[in-house]
Amino acid sequence: MPLSASPAAHTRPGIFIPSFFLENFSILETHLTWLCICSVFVTAVNLLLYLVVKPNASSKRSSLSYKVTRFLKCCIYFLMSCFFFHVIFVLYGAPLIELVLETFLFAVILSTFTTVPCLCLLGPNIKAWLRVFSRNGVTSIWENSLQITTISSFIGTWLGAFPIPLDWERPWQMAIERKYKMCTSLYVCTRHGASHCPQVWPISCTLGATFGYVAGLVISPLWIYWNRKQLTYKNH
Amino acid sequence: MRLGSGTFAACCVVIEVLGVALFLRGFFPTPVRSSSRTEHQAEPPAPEPSAGASSNWTKLPPPLFRKVVIMLIDGLRDDFVFGSKGVKFMPYTTYLVEKGASHSFVAEAKLPTVTMPRIKALMTGSLPGFIDVVRNLNSPALLEDNVITQAKAAGKRIIFYGDETWVKLFPRHFVEYDGTTSFFVSDYTEVDDNVTRHLDKVLKRGDWDVLILHYLGLDHIGHVSGPSSPLIGHKLREMDSILMKIHTSLLSEERETLVPNLLVLCGDHGMSETGGHGASSVEELNTALILISSAFERKPGDIRRPKHVQQTDLAATLAIGLGLPIPGSSVGSLLFPTVEGRPVREQLRFLHLNAVQLSKLLQENVPSYTKEPGFEQFKMSERLHGNWIRLYLEENNSEVLFNLGAKVRRQYLDALRTLSLSLSRQVAQYDIYSMLVGTVMVLEVLALLLLSIPQALSSEAELEVPLWSPVFSLLFYLMFLVLSALHVIVCTSAESSCYFCGLSWLTAGGVMALISALLCAVGSALAKMFADGKFLSKNPAHPKARWSELDVLILLGTMGHVLSLGASSFIEEEHQTWYFLINTLCLALCHEIYRNCFLRDDCEPQQCSHVEEGFVSPAPALQDRSIRCNMLEPHRVSKGPTSLDTLRGYEKWMVLASPWVILTCCRLLRSLNQTGVQWAHRPDLGHWLTSSDHKAELSVLAALSLIVIFALVQRRCSLTSKVAMALGLLGVYCYRAAIGNVLFPWQRDSKDISKGVIEARFVHVFVLGILFTGTKDLLKSQVIAADFTIKTVGLWEIYSGLVLLAALLFRPHNLPVLVFSLFIQTIMTKFIWKPLRHDAAEITIMHYWFGQAFFYFQGNSNSIATVDVSAGFVGLDTYMEVPAMFLTAFATFAGPVLWASHLVSFLSSETSLPGGRTGTWL
Repeated sequence: MPLSASPAAHTRPGIFIPSFFLENFSILETHLTWLCICSVFVTAVNLLLYLVVKPNASSKRSSLSYKVTRFLKCCIYFLMSCFFFHVIFVLYGAPLIELVLETFLFAVILSTFTTVPCLCLLGPNIKAWLRVFSRNGVTSIWENSLQITTISSFIGTWLGAFPIPLDWERPWQMAIERKYKMCTSLYVCTRHGASHCPQVWPISCTLGATFGYVAGLVISPLWIYWNRKQLTYKNH
Repeated sequence: MRLGSGTFAACCVVIEVLGVALFLRGFFPTPVRSSSRTEHQAEPPAPEPSAGASSNWTKLPPPLFRKVVIMLIDGLRDDFVFGSKGVKFMPYTTYLVEKGASHSFVAEAKLPTVTMPRIKALMTGSLPGFIDVVRNLNSPALLEDNVITQAKAAGKRIIFYGDETWVKLFPRHFVEYDGTTSFFVSDYTEVDDNVTRHLDKVLKRGDWDVLILHYLGLDHIGHVSGPSSPLIGHKLREMDSILMKIHTSLLSEERETLVPNLLVLCGDHGMSETGGHGASSVEELNTALILISSAFERKPGDIRRPKHVQQTDLAATLAIGLGLPIPGSSVGSLLFPTVEGRPVREQLRFLHLNAVQLSKLLQENVPSYTKEPGFEQFKMSERLHGNWIRLYLEENNSEVLFNLGAKVRRQYLDALRTLSLSLSRQVAQYDIYSMLVGTVMVLEVLALLLLSIPQALSSEAELEVPLWSPVFSLLFYLMFLVLSALHVIVCTSAESSCYFCGLSWLTAGGVMALISALLCAVGSALAKMFADGKFLSKNPAHPKARWSELDVLILLGTMGHVLSLGASSFIEEEHQTWYFLINTLCLALCHEIYRNCFLRDDCEPQQCSHVEEGFVSPAPALQDRSIRCNMLEPHRVSKGPTSLDTLRGYEKWMVLASPWVILTCCRLLRSLNQTGVQWAHRPDLGHWLTSSDHKAELSVLAALSLIVIFALVQRRCSLTSKVAMALGLLGVYCYRAAIGNVLFPWQRDSKDISKGVIEARFVHVFVLGILFTGTKDLLKSQVIAADFTIKTVGLWEIYSGLVLLAALLFRPHNLPVLVFSLFIQTIMTKFIWKPLRHDAAEITIMHYWFGQAFFYFQGNSNSIATVDVSAGFVGLDTYMEVPAMFLTAFATFAGPVLWASHLVSFLSSETSLPGGRTGTWL
C-alpha cells in the first residue's frame, strides 16, 4: 500500500489514515482531494515500476517519435476509459447531472487501478487486453498479477455499492455517522436537520475499489507462489 | 412411487401454499377485543370509588358538549396544519391553534395507514389488524362497540357526508347521509363539493347532535401528484374556509344556547413523500388532531406545542365528551386537556371510567393481568381516589383536598398510559406454534425440491419419490407418534390462544402425518444422494461440465438477493438490488458476446460464423459451451482479420450493440419512476409527465408508445388478432382521452370527463377475444398431440392479449415501461439468447430477473401504498369485487406476468422449431 511510505504527521483521533501534511484533511470529509492524491500516486508508482522493470522489452523499435505516439495513445486510452467508466456508472444509476465531478473522479480512480497497469504492461492494444481477460489467456506472471488486481478492483467496486441503499438508522450505523459527520443521503440530512452535509456518494465505491486493488496486490504474489507448479506459459 | 416433474412440482406448490397460509395465520396477530358487544350493553357504568362513606354518583356524567362536528380530512398530515404549509394556506386554523380556544395534538396512527382501519381506530379506539387492509376495498359493517353505535343508542341524531366507507361501516346509523366514492382518484374537486354543498343547509338546522364530514380531496391530490404539489395549497385553503364556516356557525349558535359545542379537525392517516400511504414512515403515521371548543379556556400568551398522542385516544375522548360509555375494546386513554376545565371531582370520575374500561379489557385479553404494572397502578389510584372522595364528602380543608386531587390525577394518568401501552403491545403477539408448524412444512418441501432438482431436470423428467419404502415406514410411524404427542402437550399447556390447536384433531393429525411423510421423503432422498455420490466418485470418467462466468453470476446474484432481504433497508430499496443485478447481467452478457465475437473471429472464421447462423436457421450441430470455452486457447490467437460480408456485419453490429441498448433502456426506465423510501421524493420523469402543464407531451408519448407496442407485438399474431390489437390500442387511447388523462388532437376544449366505461369495455372485448383465440389454439394442440406449432401460436396470442390488457390498465406515463419491456424482450431474443445459445435454465432466470426489475420500473415498491387501486375500476361502473381484485392484481404484477408469459411462449417456440435445440437444453 503506498500509504505506508508516507509519514504520519498528526493523526486525528478516530480517523485511521494520516493526513499528508494537509490542513483539515481526512479521507471521508475531503474525499475528492484524497481521490486525486491517490490516483496520482498510484499512476506514478506504476510508471516508475514500468520504467525500472520493463516487463515487456520485446519492442525493437525505439525511436523517439514511436515512443511519443505510444505515450499519446496511452493518454487517449486512459481518458477514454475514464469516460467509459463514467458512462457505466451513470447506467448503473449514478445521477446524470448532479455530482458529475464526484462520479468522474470515481471513474478516474477506477481507471487508475485498472487501465493504467494494463497500459503499462500491454500497451494500447485492445486485442491483447481481451486476451488477458479471457480464460487461459495469460502468458506471464506479470499478466497474471495484472489480471488478478484488475478483477479484484472491479469486484471491490461492485461490492462497494452495496452499502448505498442502507438507511443508516441502526445504532451502530448512527454511531458511524456521528463519528465521521456523514449524511448518507438527502433523506437522512433532512431528518437530522443538518444544514451542511458532505456528499457521500462515491465514498463506499471508491473505498471498495481501493480495498479491492490492495487485496489484488496482496493476493497475486501469493497466488502465483502457490500455483507456481501449474503455471506453464506458452512463450512465443 | 414415480412422479412426473410437473406433478411433483404441483404437489410441492400445494404443500408450500398450505405451509405459508398456516404461517401467516400465526404471524398476523388476533386483535385485542372485548367480549361484550354492543347488543347486550346493559351493564351499568362503574360507580365512583369510595372508602367508607358512600358516594351515590353511579350514573354516567352528563355530556360536556351539546353538538359535535367531526371534520375528517383524508391524508391530513401534521405538517399541513402545524408546519409552514399550515401557516401559509390555513390562516384561520393557525390562528385557532395558536391563540384560540383549542387543543392541538399530533395523533400518531398505527399500521396499516389505510382509510378503513383508521376510521375503525378513530371510532372504536381499537387497533385493527392487517387483515383489515384486504377488506378495505369492500368494508363490511362494523360490529364492534364504537362511539357511533353508542351515540345512536343514546338517541343522538347523526348526520354524515363524505367517504362511502362510513356508510358501509355504520349502516342505518345516520339519520341523513351522502356518500362519495373514493375510487376515482383523479377527481379531487367534485368529491369535496359533494360534501360541502350540504353544509349551509345543515348548519342552519338544529336537529342534529353529531355531524361527520369526511373530505377525500386532499388524499386524492396526494395520490396523483404528491405532497409538494401546488394543488395541496389550494385544497388546504378550501378546507380552512370550510372550517371557519363551521366554527363561526357553531359559535353563533352557542351564543343563544350557552352550552359549548365541539369541533374536531383530524386526519385519518398521513401522506408519504411520494403521496401514498399504507406504510410506516413518520410522514404517514403523524396526523393532525385539533379539538376546538369555547369550553377550552386559554390564557393569552399561552403558547403550546402540539403534544404527541395516539389516534385511538380520540374514541375515549369523544365518548366522554358526548356522555357515552367508552367503547369496550378501546385501548386509548382520554385526552386529558379536554376535561381540564371541569371540577376536580368530574375530572377524576372521567379518568376512573377510562381506567376501569382499560383494565377490564386487559383482564379479558391477558391471562396474567394481575402482574401487569398498569393494573397495579390502577388499583392504587382507585384506592387513593376513594380516600379523596371521602375527604371531599367530609368537606375537608381545600388545600389538602387540592393536593391529594392532583396526586390522584397524576396517578391515574400514569396508570392510563401504562395500561394503554401494554394493551397495544398485546396486539403484536405472534402465535408461535402455528408459525413453527408452517415453517417446518415449507422448509421440508424446500429441501425435497432442492434434493430432487438433478433428477427432475434430467432427460426423463421423472423422479422417484421414495414414500413407500419399508425402511422408512417405521421412521414414519415413530415421527407421527412423537409429533402427535408433542401437539397434545403444546396445546394442553398453551396459555394464549393458538390457531393450530383450535383445528379439529383430524386435521391436525393429517398435518402431522404430512410433516412426518415429508421428513421421511427428505431423509431417503438424502440417503440416495449419498449412495449415488459414492458411486459417482468411483467413476472419474464422468465429465464435469464447467460453469461459465454467467452461470456463476446468475447463481450468486439470485442467492445474494435472497440474503439481502435479511436487512430492512434492502427490502425497502429492493428495486436497487434488481437494477444493480440486471445491469451486471447486461455487462456480463456484453463480455461474453465480445469474447465470442472478437476472439473467435480471429481464431477460426468458420467457427465464428455459427454465431450469426443462429438468426437464419438454428445450427443443427449441438454445441456444448464447455467445448467452446476450451477453444479460446491463446495460442490460436493469430493471423489476419476475417472477412464478414455486409449483411452479417449489420447483424453482428446489432449483437455487439444490444447490451448497451438494453442498459440505456433500463437507465431511462429507472428515472421514469422513483420508488422505494430513501429516494422516492426525488423528481422523476413520471411526475413531470403527469403534471397538468405537460399534458400535450404526455399525449404524444402515450400515442407513440401505443404505436410502438403494436409494431412490436404484431409480428407474431395472426391477421385477426392483428386487427383486434390495433383496434384495442386505439380504444386504449380513446379511454385515456375520455377520462381526461390525454388530449385528443382535434378537440382541445372539451372538458367533460366521463368514466370512460364504454371505451374501456370496448378494449376488454378485444382482450377477451384475443385470449379466447389463444386458448382455443392451446386446446386444439392438446387434442392434436403432435402439433407443436399450434401450441406456440396459441401461447403468443395469449401473450399479446395480456400486453393489450396491460396497455389498458397502465397509467399513460407508464406506457413506456410496457414498450421497453417488449423492446428488451425482442432484442434479447433476437440478438442474445438465440446467437449465444443459452440454455433453458439461464433464460428462465434471466426472465425472472427482468420480470422483477420491471415490477419496480412500473413504480411499485414493497409498500402497499404504491398499489394503483384505480386500475381495478377500468371499465367498471360500480365496485365489483372479483373483477376489481383481478384487474388491480394484474396491473400491479404486469411486469413479472408479461415476462413469465414471454418465457413460456419463447421456450415453446424454441422447442417447436424443426431440428430445434431441445438437445442442448438441460
